[in-house]
Amino acid sequence: MTTKLLTALLLGTSILGSAGVAYAADVTLNIESWRGDDLAIWKDKLIPAFEAKNPGIKVVFAPSAPTEYDAALGAKLAAGSAGDLITCRPFDKSLELFKKGNLADLSALPGMENFSPVAKSAWQTDDGKSSFCVPMASVIHGFIYNKDAFDKLGIKVPETRDEFFAALDKIKADGTYIPMAMGTKDLWEAATMGYQNIGPNYWKGEDGRAALIKGDQKLTDKDWVAPYEELAKWKPYLGDGFEAQTYPDSQNLFTLGRAAIYPAGSWEIGLFNTQAQFKMGAFPPPVEKAGDTCYISDHTDIGMGLNAASKNADAAKTFLSWVASPDFATIYANALPGFFSLNSAPVKMEDPLAQEFVSWRGKCKSTIRSTYQILSRGTPNLENETWVESANVINGTDTPEAAAKKLQTGLDSWYKPAK
Amino acid sequence: MAADIRPKRPFRWHIGIFLAPAVLVYTAIMILPLAGTLQLSLFRNIEQHQVFVGLQNFRMLFGDPNWSVGFWNALRNNTWFFIIHMVVQNPIGVMLAALLSSPRLRFAAFYRTAIFVPTILSFVIVGFAWKLILSPLWGVAPHLMDLVGLKSLFTPWLGKEQYALTALSLISVWQFVGIPMMLIYAALLSIPEEVIEAAECDGITGLSQFWKIKLPLILPSIGIISILTFVGNFNAFDLIYTAQGALAGPNYSTDILGTFLYRAFFGFQLQTGDPNMGAAIATMMFLIILGGVCVYLFLVQTRLRRYQF
Repeated sequence: MTTKLLTALLLGTSILGSAGVAYAADVTLNIESWRGDDLAIWKDKLIPAFEAKNPGIKVVFAPSAPTEYDAALGAKLAAGSAGDLITCRPFDKSLELFKKGNLADLSALPGMENFSPVAKSAWQTDDGKSSFCVPMASVIHGFIYNKDAFDKLGIKVPETRDEFFAALDKIKADGTYIPMAMGTKDLWEAATMGYQNIGPNYWKGEDGRAALIKGDQKLTDKDWVAPYEELAKWKPYLGDGFEAQTYPDSQNLFTLGRAAIYPAGSWEIGLFNTQAQFKMGAFPPPVEKAGDTCYISDHTDIGMGLNAASKNADAAKTFLSWVASPDFATIYANALPGFFSLNSAPVKMEDPLAQEFVSWRGKCKSTIRSTYQILSRGTPNLENETWVESANVINGTDTPEAAAKKLQTGLDSWYKPAK
Repeated sequence: MAADIRPKRPFRWHIGIFLAPAVLVYTAIMILPLAGTLQLSLFRNIEQHQVFVGLQNFRMLFGDPNWSVGFWNALRNNTWFFIIHMVVQNPIGVMLAALLSSPRLRFAAFYRTAIFVPTILSFVIVGFAWKLILSPLWGVAPHLMDLVGLKSLFTPWLGKEQYALTALSLISVWQFVGIPMMLIYAALLSIPEEVIEAAECDGITGLSQFWKIKLPLILPSIGIISILTFVGNFNAFDLIYTAQGALAGPNYSTDILGTFLYRAFFGFQLQTGDPNMGAAIATMMFLIILGGVCVYLFLVQTRLRRYQF
């Protein structure tokens, strides 16, 4: 009896409360984010578009510095002063917040059906039952090339690995351009733009990734060693002294027109468009034989969740449903070329390079980086070790087999797949 | 009952009062954090609670190859880092000081300042500047070596496992050579003229004067410099972090205790921080430095002869 009464009372107050708010004053929603770079886009494009459709709800975008975001957010959540909407880092960092009860369960949010399971995987519990952030954007891996250089040397865009290496040989023989702009100094280039870029074609995207998590496959299996074998073959095509070449060096090398191919992530598009003085194109990681199914790394990078302690949960849910809508996706993807909406509805984009990248979603199968979900929770950390070993393989200080064996031994030491 | 008759000495409050500010400040900013670190290293986070686990963290640090390999690698690298400083930085510092204190040297003040300037630069600037100098793409190093026909000797030092640590040690030497130079310079200046004149009367001049008269007199200063170098090197972190990143590549070849501690304590990328293991590593660093300083104080310092003038 008492509980029923209490529920009724609570329901009554909540309806009255929200009704009162709707009539009396505007609700203001605060967004926590680390994307200070996007401040102008939110202020000038996204928020006005939302507010025009939803009178009575005001939205404030309040970013903090990327390096401080996680710590600052944690402190604010603990103190109860965090904003209503929380920009979500992918995987474990957000999962931890959900487990602590800081993020609300959004599985039933209208609009969530617009996303594929892969898109949602970054913000789900391990069993996939609860989702707690709306996926906003992903980045796609591939290769950006200097179109002028390809035309001059008469190279056509490679589709298979043989064509890829034939193209590299031709560029190298000509000598005008460095065949491929990549360095191993910063380590992550080798892993992210190398291993995770070409790898999905070998381990068959999601199938391989799921099998690895289940324990059916090992990093020492053929499909997981083969990308390392290909990486080892890249060495002669990299620039002089690539061992000390940093990530900004690689970017500059390519945008100055001194290198022909750049193993890329789509986030480069914005920068490259402003810096490069030549025409650019892009191609997905080459497959073994023409006609093979291709797989691309379409890595979930940013999402948005609801602060469980928010006083304006209803308004915040309205906003999140809008974030899940194609309207938001169109504005966001065009304002930030290279950050692609994860929405299943096709988004029309103006930037040709971004269009090229996103077109691969139609013909290839998407997956995310193999080390991000679940497998990087222990010590040694698989992602960090992958950085080190990928660089070692390209530097030639480790054989592909030795690198794979080290990674698997490290993983075995703490990870026991659920049977 | 003679003791009762003797007037009791009043308690000397002023000593406590005069010591209080320094003791309070030192306790608050040095002793408490240190004790906090030691305490943290004895606990472990189990299901969101700090649980006392005794020496478990240390057992893991030395027993689990996932940690011990990294730790010994960092310690080995750190020792090499220290050796380079002792073998290169300090002798060069002494030599520069000896040259500077020579009365016949012109522009001594200019040289002194120029050599000391890198010491006051930020690590970030030094790391970045040297990364650019040694860059195989746009660096001046390959170009300059080409001018004198030594291009073939150039390799991307910072990117090669076998050279990176030595290269970084030498960068650090370049930055800090001013400190031993200044300390020795001051010690050399404080040698009284009479001693030098007496040596000259006995026919000891030039190089042999340096070896036989000046060097023994500045040995205590060299001892202090050695211990400063030791403490500084085993606490080093910044240069490696700015030049090579937190993973101290390639293949952990430049990983020293400071970067190892950083990754354990704060985490890196997908690796989440583990403050308890970090505290265990910090405790080991503290013990290593404490041990080194004790060895110096009790074995070396007591045997150094001091001269009173």
